[in-house]
Amino acid sequence: MTIKKECEKKYDKNMERKKDFSTISNLPIKPIYAPSNNPNFQFEKDLNFPGEYPYTRGVYTNMYRGRLWTMRQFSGFGTAQDTNKRYKYLLKHGQTGLSVAFDFPTLYGRDSDNPMALGEVGKCGVAIDTLKDMEILFDGIPLDKISTSMTINPPAAMLLAMYIVVGEKQGIPPEKLTGTIQNDMLKEYQAQKTWIYPPEPSMRIITDILEYCSENVPKWNTISISGYHIREAGSTALQELAFTLANGLTYVEYGIKAGLDVDKFAPRLSFFFDAHLDFFEEIAKYRAARRIWARMMKEKFKAKNPRSHLMRFHTQTAGCSLTAQQPENNIIRTAFQALAAVLGGTQSLHTNSMDETYALPTEKAVKIAVRTQQLIAYETGVPNTIDPLGGSYFVENLTDKLEKLTYEYFDKIEILGGVISAIDKGFFQREISQSAYKYQRALDKKEKYHIGVNIFDEEEKVDIETLKIPKEVEENQRKTLEKVKTERNNAKVKESLKKLSNAAKNGENLMPKIIECVREYATLGEMCETLKEEFGVYREPIIF
Amino acid sequence: MKKKIRVLVGKPGLDGHDRGAKVVAAALRDAGIEVIYTGLHQTSESIVEAAIQEDVDVIGLSILSGAHMTLFPRIIELLKEKNAEDILVIGGGIIPEEDIEKLYKMGVKKIFTPGTPTGTIIEFIKKVIK
Repeated sequence: MTIKKECEKKYDKNMERKKDFSTISNLPIKPIYAPSNNPNFQFEKDLNFPGEYPYTRGVYTNMYRGRLWTMRQFSGFGTAQDTNKRYKYLLKHGQTGLSVAFDFPTLYGRDSDNPMALGEVGKCGVAIDTLKDMEILFDGIPLDKISTSMTINPPAAMLLAMYIVVGEKQGIPPEKLTGTIQNDMLKEYQAQKTWIYPPEPSMRIITDILEYCSENVPKWNTISISGYHIREAGSTALQELAFTLANGLTYVEYGIKAGLDVDKFAPRLSFFFDAHLDFFEEIAKYRAARRIWARMMKEKFKAKNPRSHLMRFHTQTAGCSLTAQQPENNIIRTAFQALAAVLGGTQSLHTNSMDETYALPTEKAVKIAVRTQQLIAYETGVPNTIDPLGGSYFVENLTDKLEKLTYEYFDKIEILGGVISAIDKGFFQREISQSAYKYQRALDKKEKYHIGVNIFDEEEKVDIETLKIPKEVEENQRKTLEKVKTERNNAKVKESLKKLSNAAKNGENLMPKIIECVREYATLGEMCETLKEEFGVYREPIIF
Repeated sequence: MKKKIRVLVGKPGLDGHDRGAKVVAAALRDAGIEVIYTGLHQTSESIVEAAIQEDVDVIGLSILSGAHMTLFPRIIELLKEKNAEDILVIGGGIIPEEDIEKLYKMGVKKIFTPGTPTGTIIEFIKKVIK
């Protein structure tokens, strides 16, 4: 009798405690896995060694035995002074990289004195209006010693330009700067919904950044192709994987179409994934992602530089999995998710804090989150060997399955005319909101469980300290902005904005013009408005 | 025939997190409630205007950006100005406990925090709108 039949006989349905066993994303799970579940598996073709094509086991040969992942907490609130203080606190407690959270007005390229900014200034991130704020944000932080990730999308070019100029003022040339801008507009239209311009001009700005950085800021990660927001908006693990990779391939296509050499810009593309609750599904997702990317880059785009094949990625634990009920449980959820990210070979990691269903985290909550990563790194022994789950019948089977199903999604997207055309048709938006609703229904019907929400719930008075953003922040920020506007040379600002507008019209690379505007202390809003006049604004199709 | 309950689900301000708003909108719709979803990036003025035009019983606001202490009172004030105080205002999002108390004092009828079953929201609306 084969192992498979033996198992099926032994694990009779009647003996099981529930009818269906499946991942949180509804992939069915067998009672046990054996070699017969992966009959076509070939070690060298599918797995191989870490640092070897197709990189299933990790992008580097020695992974965490060489260097641990970067512990990078996403943070920002209030004014640039407030956030600068938090950064210094995080660095003091052993964090090894910075990650800037901007407030909503900044994310949308609006100044703090814009009417739509009312009540939002400094609330869910730091407010940046001009170079002045950026100088304060990084005051006393040497930009050649630290790498900085900036979660910024429509105005990514402007924030990168500000970073470059702050670097110059510290005496650090652009070629020495290391860091990341998110700059992933496709997932904005699909999931995170922070947009200014329509997709085509957004893609032009992105390819301008690719071109500029490959010449001038060669160590900068130019796009962080993000599944995180797709997942947080409610997608399944498979949709996160498939849509993110489809977006990544679209950027490569556009880069090539703009006349760039794939091996020049592809090595600077990086990725960003969620770490959700279903432990093995997440690990398989990261492994499948590396393999698919390597295969597509080599086979479809004929990239020759091995660095173009590497999927390097950041991970953040799942904010959407945290509960307002029994908030301390969030520490434990986050620890499991972080462990999955490490077992999946992440290059950097953000762990959420327990109080984030209430507000931005307090210092104490953030410290526990950082300690969670340090526990994994220094106490569990998990980083001692590379890809410890490689060869697990189950994990390999799940990895294969996710890869196969991803190709099926690629075909669907292709039939719809590619990613941008599928966005116009509302395909991703519909897929994601349907999955979100399906999951909520499963919770409501108790087909799936969430501790403290639909099982082991209790009447409780939550007593948790939360971070408060003082009311004066908004007022102070507006005052700072006003002061900058009176002190700068307004004629030069006007002139630099005119040059930006001309470049937008005639197709010149926008980056040098934006840097010029930044130097003159043009505001983020002024630069974005200038481009809006040329590029227009995006309107979403309303789907629920 | 009993008039159907009408609810406007609104996303005021710049916040782009629309998962909760959409899930609630779909759940209310499936529970037989008429739902109007505004889409993202609405001003307080446009939400109040739409609520009056659509003759809704309830406005449900979703705010995850931290701007709740500005946006809720603004919408309640605008409803008063337009003599439309009979429209109930409820909401959800990332809102700390102590702000919830303050919002109730300002006239917000109910705040639902993350992890609320959709059934609880439906029940609440059906109970208060008879």
